[in-house]
Amino acid sequence: MPIDTALNPSAAPPREIPHAVSPGLWTLAWRRLKTDSVAMVSLAIVAAFILLMIVSGLGLVAKDWAKEVGINYAPPSWITLGATDAPPPALPGGAAEPSVPAGPTPGSAFNSTVVDPLADVIAELKGGKPADAGAAGADDNKVVDPLADVMKDIRSDQAGAKAGPAAEERRATLPFGGDKWGRDIIAKTIKGSETSIFVGLASALVAVFIGTVLGAFAGYYGRWVDDVLNWFYSVFSSIPYLLLILAVAAVLQQKGTFTIVLILGLTGWSGVFRLIRAEYLKHKGREYVMAADALGASHSRKMFLHIFPNVSHVVLVQLSILTVGFIKAEVILSFLGFGVPVDVVSWGSMLNEAQNELILGKWWQLVAATIAMATLVTAFSLFTDALRDALDPKLKGRTSH
Amino acid sequence: MAAYIIRRLWQMAPTMLGVVLLVFLLFNWVGGDPAYVLAGKISNQEQIDNIRRQLGVDQPYYVQLWIFVKQILTADFGASWSTNESVSHILMTRLGPSLTVLIPLLILVTIIAVGLALAVAYVRGSLTDRMVMIVCTVGLSISILVYIIVFQYVFAYKLGWFPVQGWGNDFWENLIKYASLPILIGLTVSIAPNLRLYRTFVLDEINQDYVRTARAKGVGENRIMWIHVLRNASIPIITNLMAELPGLLLGSFLIERFFSIPGIGREVILAVERSDFPVIKAITVYVAFATIITNLLADLMYKAVDPRVQLK
Repeated sequence: MPIDTALNPSAAPPREIPHAVSPGLWTLAWRRLKTDSVAMVSLAIVAAFILLMIVSGLGLVAKDWAKEVGINYAPPSWITLGATDAPPPALPGGAAEPSVPAGPTPGSAFNSTVVDPLADVIAELKGGKPADAGAAGADDNKVVDPLADVMKDIRSDQAGAKAGPAAEERRATLPFGGDKWGRDIIAKTIKGSETSIFVGLASALVAVFIGTVLGAFAGYYGRWVDDVLNWFYSVFSSIPYLLLILAVAAVLQQKGTFTIVLILGLTGWSGVFRLIRAEYLKHKGREYVMAADALGASHSRKMFLHIFPNVSHVVLVQLSILTVGFIKAEVILSFLGFGVPVDVVSWGSMLNEAQNELILGKWWQLVAATIAMATLVTAFSLFTDALRDALDPKLKGRTSH
Repeated sequence: MAAYIIRRLWQMAPTMLGVVLLVFLLFNWVGGDPAYVLAGKISNQEQIDNIRRQLGVDQPYYVQLWIFVKQILTADFGASWSTNESVSHILMTRLGPSLTVLIPLLILVTIIAVGLALAVAYVRGSLTDRMVMIVCTVGLSISILVYIIVFQYVFAYKLGWFPVQGWGNDFWENLIKYASLPILIGLTVSIAPNLRLYRTFVLDEINQDYVRTARAKGVGENRIMWIHVLRNASIPIITNLMAELPGLLLGSFLIERFFSIPGIGREVILAVERSDFPVIKAITVYVAFATIITNLLADLMYKAVDPRVQLK
């Protein structure tokens, strides 16, 4: 918290030039921000992650992340023991025992091996006695085929390249290790970052849009509009956030990146609403709004062309706070299997796989996903704090969580 | 006081009604026809019609809403769709294990976070203060999932200090044996955000005139911090605590899931996985009601803590 540096910009007021345009809020904020080295480093990290998301989304990097370039659970290349005696394809024990059948034999011979070993067990669980699932310990095997993604992968492999890569072509080690199927963890993490950051940003945009529009209407029109929207707000905010998300997820049934953006966006707007409403209440009586009124500006013009630019700093800070929150929420939802679909990788689905891998001693996927997420979220939080301080120096040092 | 409480309860009615409407719309309208969920893939029209009649889904919406309201008032949500256990029985039996973990957790988190906040705020701006804040920020950015996975692996699986998972029938056995690692994880996860928040509350008070006056009178530093500052900072702390309370019941759902603790949070996850709508509906409505009521309790507690607060 460099208090002294943040106060510096006021040392250079444009007083000596007669007709100088006084710097606006954004210019001042940017100046304050530039003096804050922590903020600039965080901004660079956040920008790098967003750039990575765009580049990865365009397919320029990590395009073939799903390609099995290494052996199953290829260890990171700086680990020496893994280089010579790589783990055998048939894996011991654990909940994640299935893997690509020993020795990927190409073509039709492969077909016979594509049998879900748990299919009948699951059929029994689904049809038979689901009452059992409530018992302790049974909930790792929820009545969802745990092998669905494995099978899908094997099948798509067959469909794609009939002759799978020969065992010799697969590398024994990878720069940061490989996952269950020998996919490169670095490429996978990049792809996962793309999904997680995209979901975080997109759902934050949806939530901020809803919150801003409703907040603007409530604050600007007041009276019965305000009453109705406030009632709406108190209803939404009295249901704990995660419960609301889970309830919506239960109802919507279908999985998909779009669905999760919608769920998070539709449930997360209430905080923005309250703040924007308060801002509009404050601003609607100000002179510049009255002046616009005297000029005959319409309601929507006053709301969104006159007042909105003056409250947009609140919107921006809320946007970044929500992005961090939604990235965390997406990770949890995807981990539980209510988030992104099985063929999409995100930090949450990586952590889900990592949970079983850790018991086998394969820690690299966990570490990769954790480092990527922790770096982005730390940088984003630090940047958000600095941004709020820069935009509203009165609030300096306060945290709002 | 009584008049205030009655008026507040009266004002709650529209919000509670709104919650009921929202949940009803979500599950009876957005959710589509539950008969298809229930009957599964192998079903004929006759079965579906039968299920629809049993659930009352063939009735017009206003009748369905009335059925729902009656269910809430009588606390009788019928049977769970997947286990056929009565929903009220599910809720009653799951509450105990959740509270066994939550109450000790809440007490410990509050004591530790408030204590640390006072200590850190006292040395504000120092290296210690900054280091603690950085550790908090970094600690907050790691997903709770990672803490659970790693703690369970290291402390339970590798070192064997705690059971990996499980739950017994004896309260003390549960509390000492099975709940201690979940509580430890809960502490690790929730001290950081609370400490950050409480620190700002304490900082707001620490520069007030009354602190200087007390110091000028020769009051000891410990008494200033623990009596004068803490009492004044406790209003926002109580607000935060009460606001967190209902969410905590669910917030621990990940912990309950990993450690197979048969609590409310795990029940929600299971219900979502199985599309067990009655269970989710019941939990959502009651937790929302609990939230609304804890808000009132928070206001009443302000009065107890701070006599200046006027309840209007």
